Amino acid sequence: MSHLTLDDHRIEVIIGNLLRSGVLLAASVVLLGAVIYLARHAIEPADFHTFRGEAAALRTLPAIVKGVAHFHGKSIIQFGLLLLIATPIARVVFSVVGFAIEHDYLYVVITLIVLAVLLYSLVGSGVA
Amino acid sequence: MTILSFTVLIALGSFLAGFLGALTGLGGGVVVVPLLALAFGVDIRYAIGASLVSVIATSSGAAAAYVREGYSNIRIGMFLEIATTIGAIVGAMIATHVTTNAIGIVFGLVLLYSAVLSGRPQPNVPVDDSPDRLATALKLNGTYPVANSLRAYTVHRVPLGFSLMFGAGTLSGLLGIGSGALKVIAMDQAMRIPFKVSTTTSNFMIGVTAAASAGIYLSRGYIDPGIAMPVMLGVLAGSLLGARVLVKARTKWLRLVFSAVIVVLGLEMIYNGFSGKL
Repeated sequence: MSHLTLDDHRIEVIIGNLLRSGVLLAASVVLLGAVIYLARHAIEPADFHTFRGEAAALRTLPAIVKGVAHFHGKSIIQFGLLLLIATPIARVVFSVVGFAIEHDYLYVVITLIVLAVLLYSLVGSGVA
Repeated sequence: MTILSFTVLIALGSFLAGFLGALTGLGGGVVVVPLLALAFGVDIRYAIGASLVSVIATSSGAAAAYVREGYSNIRIGMFLEIATTIGAIVGAMIATHVTTNAIGIVFGLVLLYSAVLSGRPQPNVPVDDSPDRLATALKLNGTYPVANSLRAYTVHRVPLGFSLMFGAGTLSGLLGIGSGALKVIAMDQAMRIPFKVSTTTSNFMIGVTAAASAGIYLSRGYIDPGIAMPVMLGVLAGSLLGARVLVKARTKWLRLVFSAVIVVLGLEMIYNGFSGKL
């Protein structure tokens, strides 16, 4: 049992570091988008009082990627936010691998259920 | 107000929220939504979308630090995430069907509850070695470091804890917050998991739970890059700094002040909700 917790811990440390890198990468992309967005729109009046819902170009992954290719500031920010949303999902994927390495098949199944719920949410909502 | 000054002000406010949230352990998300909705007049749906994104950033960003301490229990976290992620989807669905004023009232009540909770002393988990059959079958029992050794703990009332987690997930999806306070209640009060294990495992779960509703918010157009950008960067920077100084700071009076702020914000959210201003 003791070597099992140690393995758990080692896998967790690796995953923790990967997550931090993911967050820093996402934050850098958001910052880059912010610079482009502010350079173009800084002196325009801000209006976030009324809810309009974002334009279709900022709602789904294919549309966002298209905007990134055109260096649209808002699209780059949104892409960075998608990277951020992906970090906890990556954590779940890595955990499936970690439990499989430990031959803990009960938890491979439990983790796959969590992953299925996450993918259902992303695909079902039409983002990915 | 121009977009530049709006962005800078929101980034500063979010930085402060993230900083105080990390210092007091109450999380930055709970004050970001009222800050945006009440002080800046941002539509509450945009505020919730931005807060949800910042919650993921702080949870994933702090994971490495928490893991190093060796308290978090990945099996408890993963098992309970089945409940929180399904709850989060349900919460996000509800959010798109109820009025913003109703969301504001529920938000205010959760704020008041969080403040009351933070005022109570950390409960001591009684030593009890009778293992729960379901907890044993799910391999939820574990150990945590004390001084130079490891102390074993057993987990109890798994179905109750699982149900409470579904509720915590629903609130997280509905309000765009981590609802860490509720997750800790489920683990520490219902399942009698040691406090340190509850808090660190809860942090681990918050990001995954928020990711389950983030997709729905994004596709419904609730995540505005112009608002989410300063909120995410501000809260992330603030919480990273807060975690650094946490060791040195005397947090007792700070918790009191922050709790008072939360009570005021909670009452104002409820008032504005009932008077139809949100």
